[in-house]
Amino acid sequence: MSPHERITGAIRAAAKGGTPALVAYLTAGFPRREQFAADLGAIAAAADVVEIGVPFTDPMADGVTIQRASLAALAQGVSLRWILAELERLQPVRAPLVLMSYLNPLLAFGVEALSERAARAGVAGFIVPDLPLDESSELQAALAARGIALVQMVTPVTEPRRLAALCAGSQGFVYAVTMTGTTGRSVAVPDEVIAYLGRVRERAGLPVCAGFGIRTRAQVERLTGHVDGVVVGSALVEVLERGEDPAAWLKELRP
Amino acid sequence: MTVALAEKEGLLEQLSSGRLPDARGRFGPFGGRYVPETLIPALERLERGVREHLNSREFQAELTRELTSWVGRPTALTYAARLSARWGARVYLKREDLAHTGAHKINNAIGQALLARRLGARRIVAETGAGQHGVASAAACARLGLPCVVYMGAIDMERQAPNVGRMRLLGAEVVPVTSGDRTLRAAIDEALRDWVSDPLGTYYLLGSVVGPHPYPYLVRELQAVIGREARAQMLAATGALPEALIACVGGGSNSIGAFHAFIPDASVAIIGVEAGGRGAGLGDNAATVAYGRPGVLHGTYSMLLQNEDGQIQETHSVSAGLDYPGVGPEHALLAAVGRVRYETASDQEALAAVRALSEYEGILPAIESAHALAAAERWARAHPGGTVLVCLSGRGDKDMPTLQRTLLAAEAG
Repeated sequence: MSPHERITGAIRAAAKGGTPALVAYLTAGFPRREQFAADLGAIAAAADVVEIGVPFTDPMADGVTIQRASLAALAQGVSLRWILAELERLQPVRAPLVLMSYLNPLLAFGVEALSERAARAGVAGFIVPDLPLDESSELQAALAARGIALVQMVTPVTEPRRLAALCAGSQGFVYAVTMTGTTGRSVAVPDEVIAYLGRVRERAGLPVCAGFGIRTRAQVERLTGHVDGVVVGSALVEVLERGEDPAAWLKELRP
Repeated sequence: MTVALAEKEGLLEQLSSGRLPDARGRFGPFGGRYVPETLIPALERLERGVREHLNSREFQAELTRELTSWVGRPTALTYAARLSARWGARVYLKREDLAHTGAHKINNAIGQALLARRLGARRIVAETGAGQHGVASAAACARLGLPCVVYMGAIDMERQAPNVGRMRLLGAEVVPVTSGDRTLRAAIDEALRDWVSDPLGTYYLLGSVVGPHPYPYLVRELQAVIGREARAQMLAATGALPEALIACVGGGSNSIGAFHAFIPDASVAIIGVEAGGRGAGLGDNAATVAYGRPGVLHGTYSMLLQNEDGQIQETHSVSAGLDYPGVGPEHALLAAVGRVRYETASDQEALAAVRALSEYEGILPAIESAHALAAAERWARAHPGGTVLVCLSGRGDKDMPTLQRTLLAAEAG
């Protein structure tokens, strides 16, 4: 099975029982660099897919929590190079790993070298929030050569024709942003959002995961039946920040 | 970024004939549109709006009316007689400091505000560094009756305090930015986050030739009036084009505006002046073309001050308006093809130039613009008897807190 198929397969398998798969995000090296391996292990055992955030100085799609986490990680010397070396060193985990990074750290690393090192580190996919489909052919081709997914995001304001192109151009899953705005603000999941998720699902040949502002079990229950997975980011980062058990919190989130 | 020699000729030709940016918003390898998916519909709508309105007779008539009756254009061309005598070359100043609100920023702000109104925007957000773009945006929004929110770094609010009060009097809400580096770069991050939250109702009035396509093009077109006027004024005053044209470069809007009409004039040496700050070390300056490498920040692929991991560096300049780790993609191309030479002027050289222009010509320039004057002095001393045109992009009243701490404190001491 190629890396991108592992992502799709993990989400489908978890969603089989009717409740959405859990895609869990942590900022690499936050709150403490020494804790990364343990946090990753705990989260990977409780979630179905793990998103590892590569910190960046200017995270323009992120709210205050991930901004704070990113700067704190950078202050401890966390870099893409360090993350890939850690992943290569650690025992492989069951859940597929997806790196979430802004484009500039990837460009600085070099797109070809990135694809090779990511494959060696067992990375199954990438999410790059400031790389729209129209600009993504170079990275997409480099990753595809090793079967690694480049996940595309769709939003409530995406027009129908573009929605079709994004769904067709995505690998692994389709990331459906639940709202206009940055990460972390809680959303109520009104009927329009449910209808929009339905439109995305009609278009997508891949599982659809909803993210941005998902913090509570009530939200996950509300989304059940309408998506294949949910992405939790800022809320989980705050759990780690408070020194609480991420696995227990993730378990509570599942309906 | 190296551009192959054969490619250089072709790109220079495309630049001179006005064919850049291309349909994808590229200036050669630079430019493009690197934004979260949420902003794509807003940028596409803006691009359609620019195509439909910017060059329409109706919009141009409306813009010209505002530029003449409200902004005060054309701005004067001043022969700097006493400076010329001292420096040994003829120095002309394009007086953007005389434009309404005190800098070139108003050319862009009123143009985009008119466009925003046509596109049905309910509110305007803007970022500001020195405060000049914030003041210009606040004024333009007041003029057109649009609500305006300005994001400004907490450090900049302190060093440009007079402009904060001006924005508030003009009816804008000024939001202090305490995240990131607390200067212009963080203010752009926050303005983008605001826009992502309401991409269809909010219009982002970006103040420089940076950001995703179509902003570098749109802002250039609105600022190109500087060079068009100056070129005609120089021909009328001297019967010839200047041998050199000099402007300061932060994001690069006054300079692109001044340079654009002169790009095809091969006889004119064009010089962009970046903030050399305290020196060449990482974090000691804001000289992006001089010390940067290509990368993506704030939606565009251009030169950037960054470390080897692609993290954006903090910058330093005595002038808030030049204190930015990126530069417009068209500047990156102008540097790569060699049409514009980029130099630096240090904090100290810029402050000395503030004093020189004030004492010899009775004009207190913005510290940003004084970087161009410092380079003009170097050029003049190397080219005795030559003619140089300097874009005096703004006036220095806003810099009084900084000047009290620097030039005036040194005098008192």
